[in-house]
Amino acid sequence: VNSLFAITLSTLKKDIRLEWRSKDALNSMLFFSLLVVVIFSFSFDPTAEESRQIAGGLVWVAFLFAAVVALNQTWAREVRNQVLDAYRVSPAPANSLFLAKALGNFIFVVLLEALMTPLFIVFYNLRALGPAWQLIPVGILGTWALVVNGTFFAALSLRTRSREIMLPLLLFPISIPAIQGMVEATRILLAGDGSARFWIVLLLTYDVVFTTACLALFETVLQAE
Amino acid sequence: MKRLFSLLSVLTAILLAYGLYQALVAAPTERTMGDVQRIFYYHVPSAWTAFLLFFTNLIASIIYLVNKNVKADALAVSSAEVGVVFCTVVLVTGPIWARPVWGIWWTWDVRLTTTLVLWLIYVAYLMLRRFSDRAQTPILAAVLAIFGALDVPLVYFSIWFFRTQHPQPVMGKGGSLDPRMLHALLINWLAFSCFAILVCWSRYRLEMLHHEIDEAHAMESLAGASTPAASLPLNRSPR
Repeated sequence: VNSLFAITLSTLKKDIRLEWRSKDALNSMLFFSLLVVVIFSFSFDPTAEESRQIAGGLVWVAFLFAAVVALNQTWAREVRNQVLDAYRVSPAPANSLFLAKALGNFIFVVLLEALMTPLFIVFYNLRALGPAWQLIPVGILGTWALVVNGTFFAALSLRTRSREIMLPLLLFPISIPAIQGMVEATRILLAGDGSARFWIVLLLTYDVVFTTACLALFETVLQAE
Repeated sequence: MKRLFSLLSVLTAILLAYGLYQALVAAPTERTMGDVQRIFYYHVPSAWTAFLLFFTNLIASIIYLVNKNVKADALAVSSAEVGVVFCTVVLVTGPIWARPVWGIWWTWDVRLTTTLVLWLIYVAYLMLRRFSDRAQTPILAAVLAIFGALDVPLVYFSIWFFRTQHPQPVMGKGGSLDPRMLHALLINWLAFSCFAILVCWSRYRLEMLHHEIDEAHAMESLAGASTPAASLPLNRSPR
């Protein structure tokens, strides 16, 4: 357990350091979601009272699309430099590599959300009528739901043709319940009608189920040859 | 084996013909919906068959992950492909019925949405198979099948939380369905299942033949003979 933790931490540190120096993923995600925000605002009146009802969906769709941009880059560097091959023959547990990658993506996407949320509030004139603090667990659970499966499916589509398009094709259908959970929870909290508890529990279940599945099957995918 | 296959073909043809007669002529006309209700004899058996095939795919995928048996993978790919076809039939016949009866083509009700998501997952599954490297396809596809199976209950519960509009299942509750209707339904289900098994069987044999050809090519190139790309089977790009 100790070595698993140490390897996870050092891989995570390496990824964060690389990202800190290049800021490739973060910059492209930020600009991408900014574009989504602006383009959405042309398709309906963003300040109307009814847009509160769809704002939850909007925010999450923007984050989902932006996250795919980063997720696609997850393994590219490792494949280019044959790190994955080295990892395959090394005795290091496969799951610590997976956890490091998933945590790294999680940090990047959370950072993106933290930077983009104020912009959403300003552009769409948002104000939570429900208990706003609950948006934090919804955000954390929802982001993890996207990122854990996204990291896994990015590894799954590594050796496919047209890899970049394969990731959303696999990720979106599987993510449908999670997306519904975050969108509904956010809508309820913003519009202040009812309790978001069912959706938070659903997100939690989704996270537990798929984190377990990813950890159980990642080694199989990494070693698939 | 060959005789069993022909026997099953004949049986399927007879059952499908009898099922058609049962559905269109023998079964009584429904009082409120009229003749459009007869689509039920195709919609419901297709759905059951599709679910059965997807379940077969899941079991075959798990078996493949456990013992890496080529036969399990061949069964997985054939059941997934045929399952998608039957699921498409369900998704097409549903709206045709719903339009005159409900007044709308589609509604985001729990059963409809779950079936649609299931269809999407298996289309993604087939695309992954098509796009991945030949050597890794079986493992990656089996992993995705397990993810899909884990996803379906979550989809169901998340949509069940909204109220549901689909007619409640008539089976199990008893009483509400005319026995002649039930007869037509069961005959059609039997016919569709036989048909599905027949198509799966052909597809399975095709997949095993592909496998044999691949192996033969590999052996040939190992023996240092001429380049194996000369006669690739259909649908296979050179590695």
